[in-house]
Amino acid sequence: MDTNTIFQNAISRRELIKGTGALVIGFSIWEPTSRLLAQQLPAPPGSSPYNNPDYLDPTSLDSWLAVMRDGSITVFTGKVDLGTGVETALAQMVAEELDVQFKQIHMQMGDTAKTVDQGRTAGSNTILRAGPQLRQAAAAARQELVKLASARLGAPVEKLTVTDGVVSIAGSPAKNTSYGDLVGGKSFNLKIKVTGMQTGMIVAPEVRAKDPTKYKVVGKSVPRVDLAPKLTGQFAYTPDVRVSGMLHGRVVRPPVIISKPVNVDESSVSHISGVVKVVQEGSFVGVVAQTEWAAIQAAKTLKVTWSAPATKMPSNPEEVDVYLRNTKSFKDQIVMEKGNLDSAFSRASKIVEATYHWPFQNHGMLAPSCAVADFQGDRVTIWTGAQGTFTTRDRVASMLGLPKRKVDVRFVESSGCYGRLTSDDAAEDAALMSRAVNMPVRVQWMRADEHGWEPKGPQQLMAMRAAVDDQGKVIGYDFSARTFPWTEAQGTPQLGERQIGQKNTAPLPGNPVGSGAVAPIYDFENQKVVGSYIPWPQDDPTPLRTNPLRSPGEPGGIFASESFMDELAFELGVDPVQFRLRYVSDNKRATEVLIAAASAAEWKERRSPTPALSGPKAAGRGVALAARGDTIVAAVADVDVDKSTGQVTVKRITLAHDCGLIINPDGLKFQIEGNIIQGVSRTLMEEVKFDTTGVTSLDWLSYPVITYRDIPDVKIVLIDRPEMQPFGAGEPSIIVVPAAIGNAVSDAIGVRMRQVPFRPERVLSALRVKGTAKQPS
Amino acid sequence: MAQMPLEVNGKLRLVDADPTTPLLYVLRDQFELRGPRFGCGLSQCGACTVIIDGNTVRSCSVPVSAVRDRRVTTLEGLGSVENPHFLQTAFVKEQAAQCGYCMNGMIMTAKALLDKNQNPTDDEIKRGLEAVLCRCGSHLRVIRAVKRAAVNARAKA
Repeated sequence: MDTNTIFQNAISRRELIKGTGALVIGFSIWEPTSRLLAQQLPAPPGSSPYNNPDYLDPTSLDSWLAVMRDGSITVFTGKVDLGTGVETALAQMVAEELDVQFKQIHMQMGDTAKTVDQGRTAGSNTILRAGPQLRQAAAAARQELVKLASARLGAPVEKLTVTDGVVSIAGSPAKNTSYGDLVGGKSFNLKIKVTGMQTGMIVAPEVRAKDPTKYKVVGKSVPRVDLAPKLTGQFAYTPDVRVSGMLHGRVVRPPVIISKPVNVDESSVSHISGVVKVVQEGSFVGVVAQTEWAAIQAAKTLKVTWSAPATKMPSNPEEVDVYLRNTKSFKDQIVMEKGNLDSAFSRASKIVEATYHWPFQNHGMLAPSCAVADFQGDRVTIWTGAQGTFTTRDRVASMLGLPKRKVDVRFVESSGCYGRLTSDDAAEDAALMSRAVNMPVRVQWMRADEHGWEPKGPQQLMAMRAAVDDQGKVIGYDFSARTFPWTEAQGTPQLGERQIGQKNTAPLPGNPVGSGAVAPIYDFENQKVVGSYIPWPQDDPTPLRTNPLRSPGEPGGIFASESFMDELAFELGVDPVQFRLRYVSDNKRATEVLIAAASAAEWKERRSPTPALSGPKAAGRGVALAARGDTIVAAVADVDVDKSTGQVTVKRITLAHDCGLIINPDGLKFQIEGNIIQGVSRTLMEEVKFDTTGVTSLDWLSYPVITYRDIPDVKIVLIDRPEMQPFGAGEPSIIVVPAAIGNAVSDAIGVRMRQVPFRPERVLSALRVKGTAKQPS
Repeated sequence: MAQMPLEVNGKLRLVDADPTTPLLYVLRDQFELRGPRFGCGLSQCGACTVIIDGNTVRSCSVPVSAVRDRRVTTLEGLGSVENPHFLQTAFVKEQAAQCGYCMNGMIMTAKALLDKNQNPTDDEIKRGLEAVLCRCGSHLRVIRAVKRAAVNARAKA
């Protein structure tokens, strides 16, 4: 067993040569004086919406929904659909509660002038939080509608039934009225009880919602409302927004860390027909042109002399690892502490230790950042795919010096963004350029802008340690993760704003998240889990700026903790599934999920690694189990490893999933498929490449993602819990994928992979270190 | 700037553009089409795929002057919500898109594939679509949708 206890004593040879142990040379920006950002999740900054003209009044029922004359219902929600299907799922919940047909519901999402601020769409909390908010608003509306019907029909409320928005007297269906007749085209003018803010808002809690056993629309695989237009080219994504008189803008970012433009030679683009203006404001440089192609050419051609960067980037991930390991954290978050760890380790008969590494990774939106801004003197309209339109509004208002109510941000769906658009850079770029030319401007980033400057999912370092007694029982569990905070969590000034000289006024870190230090689903007598956050420059953003990437920190954290569970199982000669079952204790849901995954995968008990087969290919399988919030997932991976090339092939992932009440089974399955496939991609191939001059993986060749040849078979087991609330499903299933694959690789070749991605050369070098022969357990 | 004839989805138009303009921008900004999408501008992702004379072409990397007098088909040229192409019907049936941004490339590439091979195996579909990127992970459903489309097309033939 490799006992690389990184946090205490490891000083690499390179650092000794440089003559320092604790500080990494050359990173002047990493000085601890660099201010740090809070990561306000789940509650991003926002003001109270109550009695505040900047917000739609959440205590007015009319803020939530409107009944049209034809009986259709328009639902207004601050949440947005990022391509996951929540528009459909939320509509199901509202249709169910109102007793109308699904097709009667129309969703209006993410318009700051028309919707309540329900917090940004992130953290798998849309169904979990906004679902009940909309459900209760709908229940309050139904209650009011039935009351109005009672007066009109002259029958008591208890005698009334509602079908497809038609209220009739039970037993006398001819005596009826409809929602459209009752309030169609009119306001409810009804106050409802609402407390809290954004994601945490509690809506009309006193109104009794429908009994889940009577659900007809919820729990059905209703087809998504957005797919037919998307598959025929009729759907308008953010880049499809067209505004009368609209011009095209492109940003010209410095090639490396934010530098200042010493000289901008406008004459260098004067030969390009259609160029309207070279925009320079502070360090922000962009071009506006009549056509998109002219803007692209001008941005490429414009001669800008940038000042030498004041700071240097680290030269490679190893240097960042050293920095993570040796730099004093600004926050040590005790995620869980139980019993007495020191005592457990002092009486241990065996101590197992291992360290795991997770790289910087891209969100890799298929559509690069895009927004349209229409600045008109004292107001501006923004069209953007941002996850939090209210935060975009507040930022743009601050940047332009406008009151919030003079900034209208309208959500228009972009490609899947997986957390990237919690930072809305393009909206700021577009607003700056629109103001400069006093015309509407559409800004789209080029691929290199996106790969280079998107905020990355941060690098992580995880140290695991366990104490085992002479009976082979784990009596101490010590999990410590180190990572960087998000420098770009939404609510802080983005690139454009900082380039025009606006300072970051966000408070110092309060409660950062995303370290990957996750409380284990297992019950060990003595355990401690700590997430440590290391200073990372944010006043002066670098291309290694950071923000949340799908299930922030957890693919890395669970990669470490669930790989380590297997290391312990191997060390003790116990089957990995049986070993986990020993420690899930009385957590019935976790037990059920693990058993469901294992049986669906036809798991055969074994003391790993599996005996080596002859030939260049080795087969293996691995398991992983984890919870994210109240959602519990377990995966079994089946892999082949080519020992001559180091190529890992994931043949199959079997995954069991319990997220409470299921709203739309097919939509849920699809989210899980997507998580699995993206998880395989991130595990096998994804790593941001950089050197001291900047990010060097600026396209899809240098930052490869999964393609058809590497897509595994997928088998999904859904566990429905109608008696529970619906929990999140947009992220949890990705977190078990890396560890399941790592455990399968280890099973196949007898070598433990502790660093993602498992690129062939890394697998080969691990094989070489250990020798190709399998170690019998 | 130059004027040149361009036939898109059966409609011939005179296009007024810098001849070096990639076809994609002419389709999006002059023909006001939304099917071909910008993803990389580098011929790497496939979001901008169109079909020209039966072959898939990455419209982000072909100057419009190179396709004058040619017949360009975009996603809109296959069908609409009201009157979908059998591939689009199959994709909807399989619910084979999450964000859907890559699906132009998937469907157009599948169209060119099925035009040449009416009964592709899973491996042939995978190889055919290999160079089209999807970030949401819709691949398995796309394979099922293409197979479903092939079966339906053969049944009708």
